[in-house]
Amino acid sequence: MPAPPPDATETTSILPGAGGAEAPSGVLVEQAPLSGAGGTVLTPAAADRSRRTLGFTFWLSVSWIGLIVVLAVIAGLLPIPDPKAIEFQPGLNPSLHHLFGTDDLGRDLFSRVIYGARVSLTVGFFSILFGLVIGGILGLLAGFYRGVTDGIVVGLSNVILAFPAFVLLIAVVSFWGPSLLHITLTIGILSIGPLAVVVRGNTIRFAQREFVMAARMLGAKNSRIIFREILANVVPSGLALGLVSVPVAIVAEGGLSFLGLSVRLPTPTWGNMIAEGRVILTQHPGVAFWPALFLFLTVLALNLVGDRLTAYFDVREGAL
Amino acid sequence: MSPRLHLRPRRPHVADPARFQVADGSALLEVVDLATHFRTERGLVRAVDGVSLSLNRGQTLGIVGESGSGKTILSRSIMGLLPKSNVVRRGQVLYGGQDMVGMSERELRLVWGAEISMVFQDPMTSLNPVMRIGRQITESLVYHLGIEDDEARDRALALLRSVGIPEPERRLREYPHQLSGGMRQRVTIAIALACGPKLLLADEPTTALDVTVQAQILDLLQSQQQERFMAMILVTHDLGVVAGRADEIAVMYAGKIVEKAPTRVLFRDMKMPYTEALMASIPQLQHPAHTRLAAIPGRPPDLVTPPPGCRFAPRCRYAQERCWTDEPPLMEASTPGHLYACWYPVGTPEGREALARNEERGGPAPPPEHIADTVPATVMAGTEAAG
Amino acid sequence: MRYILRKLLLLVPVLFIVTFLTFILIHLLPGSPCISILKTNATPANLAKCTHQLHLDRPIPVQYVDWLRGSFTGHLGQSYLNDEPVSTVLAQSIPVTLELLIFSQIMAVVMAVPLGILSAYRANTRIDRVATTAAFGTLSIPDYVRGVVFVFLFAVTIHAFPATGYTHITDDFVQNLRSVFLPSLALALGSIALYHRVLRADMIATLQEDFITMARAKGLPTWWILVRHAFRPSTFSLVTIGGLNVGALIGGTFILEYLFAIPGIGFNTVNAILQQDYLVVQGAVLIVTVGYVMVNFFLDLAYPLLDPRVRHARAAA
Repeated sequence: MPAPPPDATETTSILPGAGGAEAPSGVLVEQAPLSGAGGTVLTPAAADRSRRTLGFTFWLSVSWIGLIVVLAVIAGLLPIPDPKAIEFQPGLNPSLHHLFGTDDLGRDLFSRVIYGARVSLTVGFFSILFGLVIGGILGLLAGFYRGVTDGIVVGLSNVILAFPAFVLLIAVVSFWGPSLLHITLTIGILSIGPLAVVVRGNTIRFAQREFVMAARMLGAKNSRIIFREILANVVPSGLALGLVSVPVAIVAEGGLSFLGLSVRLPTPTWGNMIAEGRVILTQHPGVAFWPALFLFLTVLALNLVGDRLTAYFDVREGAL
Repeated sequence: MSPRLHLRPRRPHVADPARFQVADGSALLEVVDLATHFRTERGLVRAVDGVSLSLNRGQTLGIVGESGSGKTILSRSIMGLLPKSNVVRRGQVLYGGQDMVGMSERELRLVWGAEISMVFQDPMTSLNPVMRIGRQITESLVYHLGIEDDEARDRALALLRSVGIPEPERRLREYPHQLSGGMRQRVTIAIALACGPKLLLADEPTTALDVTVQAQILDLLQSQQQERFMAMILVTHDLGVVAGRADEIAVMYAGKIVEKAPTRVLFRDMKMPYTEALMASIPQLQHPAHTRLAAIPGRPPDLVTPPPGCRFAPRCRYAQERCWTDEPPLMEASTPGHLYACWYPVGTPEGREALARNEERGGPAPPPEHIADTVPATVMAGTEAAG
Repeated sequence: MRYILRKLLLLVPVLFIVTFLTFILIHLLPGSPCISILKTNATPANLAKCTHQLHLDRPIPVQYVDWLRGSFTGHLGQSYLNDEPVSTVLAQSIPVTLELLIFSQIMAVVMAVPLGILSAYRANTRIDRVATTAAFGTLSIPDYVRGVVFVFLFAVTIHAFPATGYTHITDDFVQNLRSVFLPSLALALGSIALYHRVLRADMIATLQEDFITMARAKGLPTWWILVRHAFRPSTFSLVTIGGLNVGALIGGTFILEYLFAIPGIGFNTVNAILQQDYLVVQGAVLIVTVGYVMVNFFLDLAYPLLDPRVRHARAAA
């Protein structure tokens, strides 16, 4: 899994830019025009406004995600045929009965895409949830207490990051069988690496800010108080990060099932549908097209939402 | 210097100097009613609101004002170095007889660096941190004058020497962060002077430097100016900076020039209460220790909706009712070349009376009813009368 | 120098841990290579003999140490399947993957840099929005989907490139490029989007800096300022992300290799896992991990070259 850029300034990790070099983490999509007089009067107001509101595409993306999630959850209640039922005429074009038509074996494509969404979404959200909770706690502890805790967490993260993910995934699938649980868990464990690193970086950044020092000096004996203060700041960016990681997990599961290593056919997943469809692309393009489209739209929507939220929350930090 | 492919022979990019020739004695730079407004969400910010001035070669003009007075925008506007969108610029900036306000950026680029140069405030941020000093100097030489690398290097060395940097050969290959603040500013000056401009705009050149270094830099600017017979505009918030070094001083407040006079005349015979207040706020050596600094209470007005009368009225200890409603125009004093804008100037009978009246009252005249609501509380001097 | 040594010291344990964990993992897999080797001859007696011959009956830590010792001298064992030395198998597949990586990254950089600079300079205009949206869009298409689309467009519909297969670079240079082009492009598209975003963001920030205004005040033309002044300070994030990306891609090319039947490391590793060719997997993991770690290490070393401030800070430390 590609790791997001590290935020920390002084760490003992092997990650680049972490050993003292100040690699700017400028991955925000800033929106500011070319300044000609070093500090224009216009820019801060306009840029601030564009960050404060979330935008039309944001809400469009949220709606899509909501739609997909709802459809996937209530799939059983929808008036659509069994995704595995080979009852219909193969190669039908989209119609009222079959919104996306049928595949080469006569199965309803719309139904298969919706049921396939279940797999992708489950793996995507729950694996990152797992990784965020564990990675987040580890990152928080490491960034706050430093010392030995920090060393252990960083070492662990480095190992996870350096580990070839696909070896683990394929090995797990071969050993324990291709079930949703195993795949979700594995991707979740793999995500701990990058998530812990970034949460740690943010924690360090906040722990160095004055209000934490002030709390300490006021004699905040209970480090939980400080914990809560930092937590309130780290959680929003952590959530945004998680949101951006979900599509990565979805794509990873898609890749696995593309290779035939996830939930097995005839249970549809977007990945295995694309793999199926790729050999009959000219005769039955729909088999690969629809799941690919849904996969693309879902990943795009999640990326947009996550990106927007990241920019939104980071501005609030800066405004402090 | 890094090697580069010579795809075509170097050619100079500089305006024909004949274009900007002026007769001896006539003004090199003439600014006529220059206004610079910015379109923002809150409205039109009138950063510079009708400024006129003129400058001959070899002369120094000091522009003094607080932050927010518009002095930096003025210097940028004179040069034309403004953002491309949401800026309204009116008036004339005649350089060598040619109006720069209408010129395209392409034309202006032939002037920038070669005819008119600027020295910025903070040398740490105005120099490119990842480019060697030498290259930052030679690139203007190469671009504007079209000379080859070797000659450019020699000239850069000479420039560094002339601004008083020791070991110039070493410095050429160094980066900005390896130099001290004072040296960095010398480098900035060297860059500005590289192509022999006739006009130098120095925007708070010493503000970011240690006090001990400030005098050196100002001396350097002065000597370079004399040597090259340049015109210079010194923008600063510190009257002390321009005291001994400017031929003429213009005091700016809220986007307008409120007083302008030859230096000696200004110090001897200032008319504007604002100038008086500025003068009074300079700490003096002869005062006993722990003397309270006489700060000017209140804050500059909002430039989107400036007050209808004199813009300094809310903070002026001479203020009378008329000051709130009628804006005083720039008038000429008895000494020629001394302009000021005040109804109750310092040192005049009217002024003394106004001050006496205010002292009786226990404070400056309050604004009339219909004006009072428009003036925000932060601008008002409140009960903290100065002096 | 001390800095370099300190970094290296941290990398070594990571290598050990990763390879050890992989070792354990592989050995937990059900089945045994002996079955694949003996096939129909897999009687219990033969199995036992095979297991003993391959030292598979020794405790796992011992097996690991044996392997480790061998790896220091480059003896990574034999492939169970085709009886070639693992080092040979890997040595043949590394250059293939490497070619894919290099080619794709060159493509990505060549396309992303001008687009990024343009987007930053004309931030928020239509051209920028188009470029950013396009970048975002391609970022959201998984690489295998890209691969399938490309095969459909360029190999099936118009026969410009081969759909599968790899021609070795020494056999036929042109054919080699043709066979690598589509997977490289598929790989590159993901990277282009990433690099464009990062470069654009950094450059927009750089363009706000005072020294850019000063460069403008010197009368220098816009393209000069963009390329000679603004670009270099804006590359730090790009280099970081680029390095991380390549590090991740080292282990991530396997789907495209599988799709296009390119015999690189990913392809061979996947096959080896599925057929329980332990030592090949072990060796491949070693190579991939070493590669990842090296990339990050060199990335860290690269910063002083890019930013003279870092150079002097580190020398002083």
